[in-house]
Amino acid sequence: MGFKQLINSKKTLSLLAAFVLFGTDRLMAQATAAAADTAAADKSAMWTGVGYYVLLFLVAAFCVAILGKILRVYDLTQQMQGKKGVNWNGVMGICCILFLIAGMYGAYWSLTVQGSMKLPEAASAHGGAIDDMFTTTTILTLIVFVITQICLFGFAFVYRGSDKRKAYFLPHNNTIEKVWTIVPAVVLTILVVFGFFTWQRVENSSEVKGDLNIDVTGHQFAWEFRYPGTDGKLGSLNFRLTTPLNKLGVDFKDRNSFDDISADTLVLPVHQSIRLNIHAQDVIHSVYMPHFRLQQNAVPGLPTFFKFIPTITTAEMRRKTDNPKFEYLLYCNKICGGAHYNMQRVVRVVSQAEYQDWISKQKPYLTDQLKKELHFADNKTAVPAASNRLALNN
Amino acid sequence: MSTLAVHDHGVVHHEDGHEHHHKATFLNTYVFSQDHKYIAKQFLVTGIIMAFIAMSLSILFRIQLAYPDKSFPFLETLLGHFAPGGRLSPDFYMSLVTIHGTIMVFFVLTAGLSGTFANLLIPLQIGARDMASPFVNMLSYWFFFIASLIMLSSFLVQKGPASGGWTIYPPLSALPKAMPGSGMGMTLWLISMTLFIASQLMGGINYISTVLNMRTKGMDLWKMPLTVWALFLTAVLGVLSFPVLVAGVVLLIFDRSFGTSFYLSDIVLGGVPQPYEGGSPILFQHLFWFLGHPEVYIVIMPAMGLSSEVLAVNSRKPIFGYHAMVYSLIGISVLSFIVWGHHMFVTGMNPFLGGVFMITTLIIAVPSAVKTFNWLATLWRGNIRFTPAMLFAIGMVSFFISGGLTGIFLGNAALDINLHDTYFVIAHFHLVMGSAAIFGMLAGVYHWFPKMYRRMMDERLGYLHFWLTFIGAYLVFFPMHFMGLDGVPRRYYAFTEFESMKRWLTVNVFVTWSAIMAGIAQLAFAFNFVYSIFWGKKTVQNPWNANTLEWTAPIEHIHGNWAGEIPTVYRWPYDYSKPGHDEDFIPQTVPFSQTMSSNLPHDFEDNPGGLEEYTKWTNAQKANEAVK
Repeated sequence: MGFKQLINSKKTLSLLAAFVLFGTDRLMAQATAAAADTAAADKSAMWTGVGYYVLLFLVAAFCVAILGKILRVYDLTQQMQGKKGVNWNGVMGICCILFLIAGMYGAYWSLTVQGSMKLPEAASAHGGAIDDMFTTTTILTLIVFVITQICLFGFAFVYRGSDKRKAYFLPHNNTIEKVWTIVPAVVLTILVVFGFFTWQRVENSSEVKGDLNIDVTGHQFAWEFRYPGTDGKLGSLNFRLTTPLNKLGVDFKDRNSFDDISADTLVLPVHQSIRLNIHAQDVIHSVYMPHFRLQQNAVPGLPTFFKFIPTITTAEMRRKTDNPKFEYLLYCNKICGGAHYNMQRVVRVVSQAEYQDWISKQKPYLTDQLKKELHFADNKTAVPAASNRLALNN
Repeated sequence: MSTLAVHDHGVVHHEDGHEHHHKATFLNTYVFSQDHKYIAKQFLVTGIIMAFIAMSLSILFRIQLAYPDKSFPFLETLLGHFAPGGRLSPDFYMSLVTIHGTIMVFFVLTAGLSGTFANLLIPLQIGARDMASPFVNMLSYWFFFIASLIMLSSFLVQKGPASGGWTIYPPLSALPKAMPGSGMGMTLWLISMTLFIASQLMGGINYISTVLNMRTKGMDLWKMPLTVWALFLTAVLGVLSFPVLVAGVVLLIFDRSFGTSFYLSDIVLGGVPQPYEGGSPILFQHLFWFLGHPEVYIVIMPAMGLSSEVLAVNSRKPIFGYHAMVYSLIGISVLSFIVWGHHMFVTGMNPFLGGVFMITTLIIAVPSAVKTFNWLATLWRGNIRFTPAMLFAIGMVSFFISGGLTGIFLGNAALDINLHDTYFVIAHFHLVMGSAAIFGMLAGVYHWFPKMYRRMMDERLGYLHFWLTFIGAYLVFFPMHFMGLDGVPRRYYAFTEFESMKRWLTVNVFVTWSAIMAGIAQLAFAFNFVYSIFWGKKTVQNPWNANTLEWTAPIEHIHGNWAGEIPTVYRWPYDYSKPGHDEDFIPQTVPFSQTMSSNLPHDFEDNPGGLEEYTKWTNAQKANEAVK
């Protein structure tokens, strides 16, 4: 029992605390000293730091070992006196119920505090349906979560082992098994049916007259936007035509491409049906605009589409979230290389009038420089054509 | 027929006694052993070492996530140019998450879990002398070992290991210029995985043929413990799905090294159009997930089997709904082949296909739910003995529930739009297949340690290990759900570039310290494991009073498992606490004729002769009662 007193005495505790504090103190002092000092001092500070943590770990391990020994000694003395040792079944049963209580509180805390940090309400027409389904699914799963976890740890506590009891021999019960096969099946069927139809609606990206087509192209590590000009049509693309100036490989044989506009912010008119034409140039990227409940991968060689209607302007959302700096964002959500973590663009939802104002100020994709390059290219192709003709004449 | 053949084989062995026809040398006993028990231990130790390595990698990137702006000079000393100035480089961060995922999913939870317990338990629990083909079994381990070495050796490559994520989607993984890890590191990854799959196939074919052909007398399929059922179905899944990954990997090798365009099309790198045409990156995703989804069941089903057994033994109750448990395993196995598309809802796959995959995905939740309820019913009115194994099995069920429920969100294509590739997914699969599977594995290690090493592990250290790990895992993964709901993507090197993500930094610090705590708790396990191998308390033959066949084998490991004849099996493995019997367990080898007082009519469903005997006996008993 001497050991026990030693461990439990306040002196040892305070000694340990002093040790930890002293260590941290010394480390901090060293760190500041090292900042001023040479690299050699830096190295030594580093090793003291590592050594300190290793030492802390060893002290902790030592404490655990001593506690273990004390328990063993206690157990043995109890047994020598003819009493029962530690009833581990009881202890673990109680641990289970304590874990259940603490865990449920923790889950509740996490759900309320961290749960409130989730995305604000959906800023798109289809987003509402997704959010509703999310809420339904959350409620259903939380009910199951609470009941099953209570059963699990509750049973573990209530039926903790004892020599006096024998377990109840219950190999099966067909009725209850049928019930708990059919009930989840029915609930899941309901979820599936709703999910299926919502999904079909959301994913329907076929083009309808009046859609605003916008080209979104991902490459390492940025997004490019291309708006149609006054004709409302985007020119076609051909990756082979890509040059430093014609970054997207726009095909200027297509007349629709002449008035295309390039932009570096995705500005969207509110309540307008937007159709994103999503491309990738090098590796797979993913257009992720969580506020609009929108995600679609950008795949090289496979243009993808996503159609949606933004419903809340940026200004409104700033009011709603009480955050004057709030911006909608588009960012990459498919691993695409070293700078994957910083591949974002601002998305701004504005009124129709503001949109018209903005688009009129944007630069055309076909810049003067690009024109010059293309012209040059035309000349180049013209020359061999001429010589061909010459050759033919001969 | 087959049982008869095995029986004969046994007799032949018996005549040989312990004098093997080959000389036992150091090399064929401790290195190139063909004994399934020893191969199991080789798989286990390699698996544990790989697990510790992969866990350390995760701690490294957790440090980066918690302290993106701080520099740790120690990291530079440790990692050299991968951590310039004491901060991980973004590319190396990607390598860390990639290799962490690869090692954990394939090397720990596939090979370490199935490899260990299929090798140990299949022959011992069905009553076979060894695997169907011990030599191929040995090759299986050594291919796995070489694959592990190659995977780890990629850390020695100048540009670092593969870094395209464990799913290695091309074109990122196909174009060496796309990121440093797609160079030599990726080549090593592909070679390693090819060898790994070869190892899995050799192992899997062995497990299947052993279960089908080498069961002892009386061991029909419906008398097999759930562990064997789970390991058997796992092997079937592996044999059917791993070859598809080989196909995917080989085509990727062609694209990388021989200029083909299976997965590549319309690519512009650094402003220069590349000559690839006509391929589809989506094709790779189909091939990958055609393995990848069965793979997650390959990971979880052995854990389910082990936990079922441990829960039944330590609740001193039969597993509730044995038939339902087997049918749900079969249901999961079949369905697991038609759900792979739920990883691809937003990848550009046809949305109609997405709808179909969503239906199949949510159907698979039904057998999973049945299993969970049956486990709970097994605990109900049990007489629960809290061994560390039992605690880990309970923890497995808890994680399976918590992680499984979030699967209902992700399996729903409409909800997946916003949750895909966020931290919500990370939380989901780390709970349901990461933590649950590793807990199943740990339950197995604590439970069958005496069978493997003839000594007991220390229980109190086991308790400490369990609680720290269990609480730690929840603290690590539970908050991640909410990060996902806030639209925080996975595989982000730092959250510092986004104003909206900065508020999660404190949560990241908390998660990292929880992870470090859980990581340190594993040292308690490592110490316990190593210490107990050499100095643990010696075990008795049947330390847990369990019914299954492996506990009838002698403590001393002998070649061929049983000296003399292989025991015959008479009953199912879950006769615990049967009313009318004086002990709370009746091993499978005890015939019904010796337990007349506890027999039930149900025991003779497929045995009319036995039922006649039973009715005669009960009638006689009744007559006696009447006389009294």
